[in-house]
Amino acid sequence: MRRFIWLVPTLYIIILMLPIYWLVNMSFKTTSEIINTFSLYPMKFTLENYQKIFTDPTWYMGYVNSIFYVTLNTVISVTVALPAAYAFSRYRFLGDKHLFFWLLTNRMAPAAVFALPFFQLYSAIGLFDTHLAVALAHTLFNIPLAVWILEGFISGVPKQLDETAYVDGYSFWAFFIKIFIPTIAAGIGVAMFFCFMFSWVELLLAKTLTAVAAKPIAATMTRTASSAGYELGLLAAAGTLTIIPGAVVIYFVRNYIAKGFALGRV
Amino acid sequence: MNKTVNQKGWLFVAPVVLLVAFNALIPLMTVVNYSVQETFGDNLFFWAGLRWFVDILASPRFHDSLVRQLIFTFSILLIEVPLGVAVALAMPRKGIGVSVCLVFMAMPLLIPWNVVGSMWNIFALPDIGFLGWALNAIGIDYNFTQDPVDAWFTLIFMDVWHWTSLVVLLAYAGLVAIPDDYYQAAKIDGARPWAVFRYIQLPKMRRVLTIAVLLRFMDSFNIYTEPFVLTGGGPGNSTTLLSIDLVKIALGQFDLGPAAAMSLIYFLVILLSSWIFYTLMMRGEES
Repeated sequence: MRRFIWLVPTLYIIILMLPIYWLVNMSFKTTSEIINTFSLYPMKFTLENYQKIFTDPTWYMGYVNSIFYVTLNTVISVTVALPAAYAFSRYRFLGDKHLFFWLLTNRMAPAAVFALPFFQLYSAIGLFDTHLAVALAHTLFNIPLAVWILEGFISGVPKQLDETAYVDGYSFWAFFIKIFIPTIAAGIGVAMFFCFMFSWVELLLAKTLTAVAAKPIAATMTRTASSAGYELGLLAAAGTLTIIPGAVVIYFVRNYIAKGFALGRV
Repeated sequence: MNKTVNQKGWLFVAPVVLLVAFNALIPLMTVVNYSVQETFGDNLFFWAGLRWFVDILASPRFHDSLVRQLIFTFSILLIEVPLGVAVALAMPRKGIGVSVCLVFMAMPLLIPWNVVGSMWNIFALPDIGFLGWALNAIGIDYNFTQDPVDAWFTLIFMDVWHWTSLVVLLAYAGLVAIPDDYYQAAKIDGARPWAVFRYIQLPKMRRVLTIAVLLRFMDSFNIYTEPFVLTGGGPGNSTTLLSIDLVKIALGQFDLGPAAAMSLIYFLVILLSSWIFYTLMMRGEES
């Protein structure tokens, strides 16, 4: 029985890939072919859908916007979460446990609850329809997550490392930047991966906080699909293209994730 | 780890507290504010007290959404956690297979949620989708846009497809962290695979599984975009989960007061159940 154990992950991956294959398959068909004929692969292979996306700025700027605010969010979240996670892991201070739990409760807040107040808040401070607004709004759930992940990794690093560095004459920040950050690089990689992931896939807040200038690609898709009477081929091509950045990110961090997961308490 | 008492810790956490407080407290206070007032538009607000809370808690509509939400959450937990652990146990521990598995398995996690919804909507349509076509081809009368049972099947299948990999990744992390000595000791003692799982692997995975269950619990309670795109809460109201109902009231009917009251009840339900979950699982760990 042991010999056939590889069948389990293989079968699982095949099931995972089926809907994705269907989307890719449709993206190479024309809308009329999708609607009129059922086929497991494109009969009349076409790149028309992709061509439209890459030549029309209302489409491709959606990708630029999404990647821009996701990157901004990842940088902000991890930068502020690092010192906080360090403090939670190393120091005891007034109200630390309550504060940690309060941070986590924000990870539980349903985006649907906050959509309308967020719109009012960011309109009031003049950030509506900017990349910064979406990046800041997504810190609501990404900062708690980043703090949670990084705290686990930092607690896995022995405290002797800090003490030795001080004995060697390092100031706190010199130690933090030159020694500590490289030590927990795998943890930072994992935290960045999760921040990227949750910001990239979220749509409700991103859509609520933008109109034109910072509109995410996922929102562009919903609008065009309804006004043009469901251009399925175009929709499928746009959907396929939203999978690519994620796949690239996974490819680059795959070793970090395997190593990172093994190192930290996650 | 023994921590030193150092009140400077507050300086380190200050940026996080400021940012999260800005994003969490101001909107939360807006919601609290709306929840106790009545509005007729034109920025006219009147004190309504706890009326909305009483109304919502007594309304059958809220009860139905809550029951549907609970059924959904517990179904996906019952499927995703055992399945995720099983796949993690069967995954290779070294070599190229690890990277291949990680890259492919993580893919559904990184697809925007509305793309997941529309992808599954099309994939499951009986006339143009592979799943709908295949099910009908083997003689099952399947149409998720008409039949509530089919809609539920599709909804749960979609969530299992989407999120089981998160459980796999976490469980796998727990597994690779077990030192080889444990397995060697078990081998010397002649332990059967089931005993190795029950007394070595499962206890060692407890912490990561707690995280996985908590994350899946919280996120499945918050789920909005995927079911909204897949079924729109239909057919009828059969797949209207809590957040879909909430957005219908808040943005569809623009009843700010009841929507805000419902938001707060909803948030409290999540907080309370997460807390109970957390306490129970942590108590289990200590004993």
